[in-house]
Amino acid sequence: MNDVMGRNSVLDMASLSLREVNHLLKAQNAGDFEILNSNGAHALACGLEKPVHVSIKGHVGYYCAGMNQAADIVVEGNAGTGVAENMMSGTVRVKGDASQSAGATAHGGLLVVEGDASARCGISLKGADIVVGGSVGHMSAFMAQAGRLVVVGDAGEALGDSIYEARLYVRGKVASLGADCIEKDMRDEHKEELAGLLECAGFDLQTDEFRRYGSARQLYNFKIDNIDAY
Amino acid sequence: MCGIVGLYLKSPKYQEELGRLVAGMLHEMRERGPDSAGFAVYGEPEAAHKLVLLSVTGQTDWKPLITEMGRALNLDADATEISDHVVLRVDGDGQKARRWLIQNAPDINVLSEGHALEVFKGVGDPDRVAERFGLAGYAGTHAIAHTRMATESAVTTSGSHPFATGADTCLVHNGSLSNHNRLREKLRTKGEGFQTDNDSEVAAGFLSWRMREGDDLNTALEKALVELDGFYTFAIGTRDGFAVLRDPIACKPAIVAETDDWVAMSSEFRAIATLPDVVNAEIWEPAPAVVYSWSHAA
Repeated sequence: MNDVMGRNSVLDMASLSLREVNHLLKAQNAGDFEILNSNGAHALACGLEKPVHVSIKGHVGYYCAGMNQAADIVVEGNAGTGVAENMMSGTVRVKGDASQSAGATAHGGLLVVEGDASARCGISLKGADIVVGGSVGHMSAFMAQAGRLVVVGDAGEALGDSIYEARLYVRGKVASLGADCIEKDMRDEHKEELAGLLECAGFDLQTDEFRRYGSARQLYNFKIDNIDAY
Repeated sequence: MCGIVGLYLKSPKYQEELGRLVAGMLHEMRERGPDSAGFAVYGEPEAAHKLVLLSVTGQTDWKPLITEMGRALNLDADATEISDHVVLRVDGDGQKARRWLIQNAPDINVLSEGHALEVFKGVGDPDRVAERFGLAGYAGTHAIAHTRMATESAVTTSGSHPFATGADTCLVHNGSLSNHNRLREKLRTKGEGFQTDNDSEVAAGFLSWRMREGDDLNTALEKALVELDGFYTFAIGTRDGFAVLRDPIACKPAIVAETDDWVAMSSEFRAIATLPDVVNAEIWEPAPAVVYSWSHAA
């Protein structure tokens, strides 16, 4: 089947199965690919390991672009639960809204959600960057270990609960901070970091409109007072 | 896991096609619930009270039962048998007939009662259940449907959704309630009659009780947020209304889409992707603990 693919192909899911589309994409080393009639299909464009460009012209279901490595994937619609979950590198851009757990456990790369992301955005983030043009739901960045989450809109309840060393930047209101998450000073190095993320994501915004949040380091650090508990 | 769908027609444009559209949505949700399925359709309200009855044993001798009920309650009843269900039209008090049947006919369930609502359910492949009861042929104003992967009670027709406990009011549920036993006992003391040990029936009973006490649907759902403990996404139908509610931590998925002609909800977008003019729909994920409702009456 691979021989029917040019370097710039249109894959129409009205005639190709999900498995055929994913196999075809995985077999490419480079090129631009358009996917039509995604109609909310799950697990689309997952596990891509080569620098291909994939443009999905519609809404997708769960786990789109999961485990992405090196590919550049654009969803021209909304994404269901777990878009770009466990991404390793590359970029994923959702032009609409993303459902729960966007970018969950992602290790690297950049996820941009132009609309809103719902609950648990960046849960257990492990090093990737996430930029959300709208707002995020409750429990976002829960137990986030490394990486950066930028929210242009508002954040829901319990932002950054039990957070480790991820850095959070929010422009709007934060409904509440989770356990051990505190507001921190925006130093020059943070403004520089944030400006770079906003530029990569394509948002023309002033960094001084944002506040920074992160770990108070009271919850996960070893304390000598607790030695008897071990 | 379960799959739920709802379609509420805001304009008459698709009323003749309601059943076909909902059958298409249900088909997309069958992987979320391959155990059993059911649907509720709101058609043109009739003068008679309609009751849909299920033979739990599959061996109910309907004729003597209906004759006995007619004699006991002094009313005329007209019965149409469809598979292991009977659609009963009575010229008297439908809720009274419902109570009589629950008390006197232990081998049946009353699946629904009202002027507009009909509920059908069955075990097995959701597509086969829809075919068996001719879902695709139904016209109407709104419908909700469910595909079930049982967690809290057994895979039986009785345990399938939708659950309808009050007149023309029904509910489908994705999730599980943790305080349903205590709440069922409380609602029994308020006069609610339960027919299963299913947690979702308790949620339906709670709404029926509140609405019988005079709450409107939105108020009843606000109280459900306080009283129901557990995970839930609900789609609820009333005679002229439709609502969606998710628990405060939004444990179970939901997506809503709206055009000038319809409002649709589902567990996943792929069920909504089948609807006409979906490319022009406004699509959003309902927020946790927010009551979304639509009504023709408003």
